Amino acid sequence: MERFATTPLNRRNRRIQALLRGLFLLMTLLLILPVALILATLIVKGGPALTFDLLFSDPRLGMTAGGILPALLGTVWLVSLAMLAAAPLGVAAAIYLNEYAGDGWLTRLINLAIINLAGVPSIVHALFGVGAFVLFFGLGASILAASLTLAVMSLPVIIVTTREALAAVPMSYREACWTLGATRWQTIRRVVLPNAVPGILTGVILELSRSAGETAPIMFTGAAFFLPLLPQDVFDQTMALSLHLFVISTQVPGVPEPLPYAVALVLIGLVLMMNALSIGFRLWLRGSRRW
Amino acid sequence: MSDRTSPFARDTTLHGDCDRRDAAWYIDKGVEWLLFLGGISAILFIIGIFAFITHEGMGFITTRFDAGEFFTTQYWTPSDEYDPEYGILAMLAGTASVTGLAMLTAIPFSLGAAIYIGEFAGERAREALKILVELLAAIPSVVWGFIGLSVMNPLLIALFDIPVGLNIVNAGILLGLMATPIMTSIAEDALKAVPDRYREAAEAMGATRWQVIYKVVLPAARNGLLGAVLLGVGRAFGETMVVLMATGHAINIPDSPFDAVRALTATIAAELGETTAGSDHWGALFTIGILLFVITFLINLSADLIVRGIRGK
Amino acid sequence: MVTQAPKIQVDNLTIRHGERVALRDVSLAIRPNEVFAIIGPANAGKSSFLKALNRMDLFTDKMEVAGRILFNGRDIRTLRNLYALRRRIGVVFPLPVGLPLTIYENVALGPKLAGVRERAELDAIVERCLRLAALWDEVKDRLNDYGSLLSGGQQQRLTIARALSQSPEVLILDEFSIAIDPITTMRIEDVLEQLRSELTIILASTSIQQARRLADRTAFFLDGRCIEIGDTEPLFEGGARDARTRRYLEGRFG
Repeated sequence: MERFATTPLNRRNRRIQALLRGLFLLMTLLLILPVALILATLIVKGGPALTFDLLFSDPRLGMTAGGILPALLGTVWLVSLAMLAAAPLGVAAAIYLNEYAGDGWLTRLINLAIINLAGVPSIVHALFGVGAFVLFFGLGASILAASLTLAVMSLPVIIVTTREALAAVPMSYREACWTLGATRWQTIRRVVLPNAVPGILTGVILELSRSAGETAPIMFTGAAFFLPLLPQDVFDQTMALSLHLFVISTQVPGVPEPLPYAVALVLIGLVLMMNALSIGFRLWLRGSRRW
Repeated sequence: MSDRTSPFARDTTLHGDCDRRDAAWYIDKGVEWLLFLGGISAILFIIGIFAFITHEGMGFITTRFDAGEFFTTQYWTPSDEYDPEYGILAMLAGTASVTGLAMLTAIPFSLGAAIYIGEFAGERAREALKILVELLAAIPSVVWGFIGLSVMNPLLIALFDIPVGLNIVNAGILLGLMATPIMTSIAEDALKAVPDRYREAAEAMGATRWQVIYKVVLPAARNGLLGAVLLGVGRAFGETMVVLMATGHAINIPDSPFDAVRALTATIAAELGETTAGSDHWGALFTIGILLFVITFLINLSADLIVRGIRGK
Repeated sequence: MVTQAPKIQVDNLTIRHGERVALRDVSLAIRPNEVFAIIGPANAGKSSFLKALNRMDLFTDKMEVAGRILFNGRDIRTLRNLYALRRRIGVVFPLPVGLPLTIYENVALGPKLAGVRERAELDAIVERCLRLAALWDEVKDRLNDYGSLLSGGQQQRLTIARALSQSPEVLILDEFSIAIDPITTMRIEDVLEQLRSELTIILASTSIQQARRLADRTAFFLDGRCIEIGDTEPLFEGGARDARTRRYLEGRFG
């Protein structure tokens, strides 16, 4: 039984509320719809071309046929090296900020730099990579230069996620460890880091997947449209999946229609797989926390 | 150590250990310095980015650059052998129009989604929706660009009966979708930052959920929401691959949303490969880079100041 | 009476947390091998005082300490290695903190960090400290379980075992009983009774009765000031000179 009289105004308000609630839900769902549509389109149109041969053979006939193996390997090379460079630096920065830095002007400046570094357009990162790594440090357009460019780009996200992981470790653990006469570093190594590693890994995997999709930063720093041979070392150029998609969908005439769809499907599959891994990891973490 | 009768019997007059710095003490100091270097790396990189792109653009800026021509004319013919012109007005207009349309798309959707996720959804739905919105952020920009070419293009041609579907609308919608996840997440943070006692107080006075949101929560979260929009603007403004692939890439000051345009970022991406290092054209592209850097820097700075403003209160 | 050199002597200690003054101009001396209790209502400055004794202020944001603290006659600010000072002072917190390590590692961590490497020696330390903390019998068969899996009362005794692991000269207990049950509290009080001849114990408590049961001398803190220090029994028997102390001990406020 209703405890309050249902006035017309009351009823009207409730109808408006239900309507608005529905509207907001609709907007949220409309946001998710594109992901589903994009995936569906890619699967329908690119699925048939997604064969073993596509993944494991070289491109042929001016990239209008054959596979994407060199691009796939190139992307793996680029993002692995990028993370190898960015993860230690980013983790060090996060440890400094979370464990050592006080509240002073320097910390504020560093935070500001991180926020702005995260907002620098990818093409500006590319220009930086060209100016710094390719030309100034003489690396030339190479896997190394492209990876370092990606690494600089990944740095802010790694710092921020690592910092969150560190901040989630209760302060009382640190204090307990300090009272035993542990130095700050002993405390970090023995107690803080072991408990933050899963969170840090989550962030690194997420960033790995994001870098795999980046195109602009590697365009002029080390990724090539087409290479007849696989790279021999980090000073060679390489093909990359993201750039390959750009090239065959805009620059090369006569590409059969399903091919770019299949390449996009591989790229997005790779990225989503790593994302799912990271999200799954995070959910599992939340369930198995030891404190 | 173990042969003492009582473990607590220690000669308390000696402080040898308290005055002797052991290996752990020195390691700690050394590590602190290393971590400090890591800590300031972000500052070094920001300065480095500005320094290196300025270094490359300097040759152009000191010799050929003319602010009047650069900012107020629309003729961009850098590869003209006899009379190259370096006007970016059309590209400014292109970037502005695409970014503007992106925000028209993104603001209602991200705000709506943030309100639903933050104020209406239950715990489980909230988690699930946040993950799905994150997936939207995971799609690489080159895939968005490809969607612009292969899906949006024919769709727009069919829907609006236009000859080509690569235009402001195409890129604007895609950029809007790309900017939505970060805007949703910052906006939701802003809503979450409004203390529950505000909501409870309003509800106690008999306000409906929507009235509470509209009259209490949204005004209280105003700055955070503005910060979210600014960050979205920064994202859309700096995005490269989508505007390279989906705008039509034509130098043109638009007078209709179905016009093809060209963006600042796309110009660099399309032309840097064709120029020789050190040429005027090269320098002009880096000068555009400086402009992009400065503008995004200002956008991000103000977004940060605004968001921090509410936190400080 | 023989006047012994104080274990810890505090001169004009003032502590600030940012703008807030937590402790104002406190001077007192703690004798070797006594149980010294600090009582007083919340926010009296008890915890800040204890934190300053092993220089935790250095690792605490915005905590500023002015004044002088002598440990065995040495100004602790002049020590070149403060980690060694902290090894000589064991600390037990209000809430039990089982580090996310095994029970064994919780106790062995301190000695390990201080350079004890031999397994047999570590084993001996772990057993001795767990026995001292009256926890050995309950955990001896599961030393490799996580410390955080223990009950609150067990964790607090684990914390005491950990605090004793480096044979400290001073044991600091900050409100050790607020989060544990009365039975465990009694067991820990028994442990402290056994330890009292071996080391100096400093105890902060909001429980007047606990201080009365355990302490040789008691100090009453109020609003960051040390109002009164005296031998416990006379103080509790109505011998307090200050009216505020008397009223607090009678349970009129706090």
